[in-house]
Amino acid sequence: MQDIKQIRESFSPPILEGKHDFATVSDKIGDITLKRKTPFHWFVGFAIFFLIAQMLLATVTYLLLKGVGIWGNNQPVGWAFDIINFVWWIGIGHAGTLISAILLLLNQKWRTSINRFAEAMTLFAVACAGLFPLLHTGRPWLAYWLFPYPNTMGMWPQFRSPLMWDVFAVSTYATVSLLFWYVGLIPDFATLRDRAKSKVFKIIYGILSWGWRGSARHWHRYEIAYLILAGLSTPLVLSVHSIVSFDFSVSQLPGWHATIFPPYFVAGAIFAGFAMVLILAIPLRHLYNMKDFITLAHLDYMGKVMLATGLIVCYGYAMEAFFGWYSAAQYEYYMIYNRIWGGPYWWFYWLLILCNGLSIQLLWFKRFRHSEFWLFTISVIVSIGMWLERFVIIVTSLHRDFLPSSWAMYSPTIYDYSMFLGTIGFFFTLFYLFVRFVPIISIFEVRTLLPEAHVHGHHQDFEEIVNEVEIEKIDKP
Amino acid sequence: MSGKKLYGIMAEFDTPTELVDAARKVREAGYTKTDAFSPFPIHEIDEALGIRRSILPFLVFGGGVLGLLLGLGLQYYTHVIDYPIIVGGRPHFSLPAFVPPAYELTILLAAFTAVFGMLFLNGLPMPYHPVFNVPRFALASRDKFFLLIESKDPKFNYEETRKFMESLNPQEVFDVEE
Repeated sequence: MQDIKQIRESFSPPILEGKHDFATVSDKIGDITLKRKTPFHWFVGFAIFFLIAQMLLATVTYLLLKGVGIWGNNQPVGWAFDIINFVWWIGIGHAGTLISAILLLLNQKWRTSINRFAEAMTLFAVACAGLFPLLHTGRPWLAYWLFPYPNTMGMWPQFRSPLMWDVFAVSTYATVSLLFWYVGLIPDFATLRDRAKSKVFKIIYGILSWGWRGSARHWHRYEIAYLILAGLSTPLVLSVHSIVSFDFSVSQLPGWHATIFPPYFVAGAIFAGFAMVLILAIPLRHLYNMKDFITLAHLDYMGKVMLATGLIVCYGYAMEAFFGWYSAAQYEYYMIYNRIWGGPYWWFYWLLILCNGLSIQLLWFKRFRHSEFWLFTISVIVSIGMWLERFVIIVTSLHRDFLPSSWAMYSPTIYDYSMFLGTIGFFFTLFYLFVRFVPIISIFEVRTLLPEAHVHGHHQDFEEIVNEVEIEKIDKP
Repeated sequence: MSGKKLYGIMAEFDTPTELVDAARKVREAGYTKTDAFSPFPIHEIDEALGIRRSILPFLVFGGGVLGLLLGLGLQYYTHVIDYPIIVGGRPHFSLPAFVPPAYELTILLAAFTAVFGMLFLNGLPMPYHPVFNVPRFALASRDKFFLLIESKDPKFNYEETRKFMESLNPQEVFDVEE
């Protein structure tokens, strides 16, 4: 039997390590928020990112005083850093929804210990993403004009425009992600409420848990609601990045007008998102000693998802180049020529291929997928690569359009950089607050991973059957 | 019994298997006003306690249909009735272009119905509930499992029900005060 166990583990490492029962799981995760002293590294990290976030505040203040002229946007490159950063951030958010919704529907148990902070990542990434188009409107205090409401001008928004679709997609995405995240938190807030010693925390977590008491009837409806939300979020997340890609592909511009955009953008989003989940998960498991819950298996699976989606993205690059040639259209051909070797931004393209195409090839090997150092490094490289991808798509397509008389170069100003860096600070500031006040791993779902959570003698779990069959196979070589 | 009204009798168990076994016996004994409490969802308990399938999915479907109609209606009203204008050579009612907003509104309203419908059907928020009067009940959100028979159950008889609960092999049996 021991051998069988070892063989099984060599195939798939466990998704839960250490000796745990219902109580230790609850305490280990809950105590980060409740009992343990806030660690020193939390203050250091929070301070650094909070300072960086101030850059965003300062830039936005100056922007509101002066207008979008402080950015490097020009004609013809009217969509520059704002839309690059918008697409970059919203793409990152997609991995959170993929983990929480799609992997739930696919019955992937390993999602359980990473879904909470991945969903938090989604919310914060969407918050950062939303800032860019909002400020790009130039007069953000009138941004409510984007929504249909009866007004004295007697006008309505133009629903035939992909930019309007974006407003609906992104605002729905933000709302549904928040609901999904919060529903998952209700039972965990109840756990914190029951474990809190201080009156203040008891009241705060009591309000947040809505008086949850774990009744069987409540769990019954809760699970239905949770599953339906997962079923709704799955098409939603696919639609959001498809619609973001429509912003480009519905227009006539060479380099944007391509039918491959929706699937290629969705794969890119998941690719970038998993990179960010790894960037967050690897430090979390060390700093908060969560190695029992975020195991090697999780890192391995995430590495594989990154490899798979990365290869889809590479297929997208190849197809873009192929159709530029195959279309035999002068403008399409010129766009690809300009992008890859003839234009002034050619090295952005090759840097992007290096980051997104080459670096992920290491993930074919278990050695790299099981090394935190390499996974973290590749994730950072991929995040940079995905940013470059959006730069290439947006800037190189815009700066050489149909009329040579309108060609121009684009270069960002210091305010473009400070705003982008500022949102990174803002993102991590929010994430630090989340880690401090909310359970970073879904406690009640991790409980269900324990073997004693299964009721014996009633019906056989699907996984038990699979295990038995596998063990039988190993027994008879 | 300190002169307060009795809400019910509660038994504590260590494992989900014990809870489900006990729940089945309680149901077989003919009790109907019962409930179980656990730190995570247990699927077997639905059948053991005879919990009927919730109507929530139908409500969510209704919410989704409402969202779809609202989305299409809004775009029809704004672009065909109230302010018809030709844009990009498309007809006033350009259905393909109207799909994305209608689709997003479908999901939005369905999701709202799922979450708030679930909370409403569960009677939440409920800041006070008698079960919280049992100090050990704080563990129901950690590692213990509880079974409750309410005093308004037609078969409820304090002496008998308590004796019955004790026969189920619980860790402990508690009186729950109103």
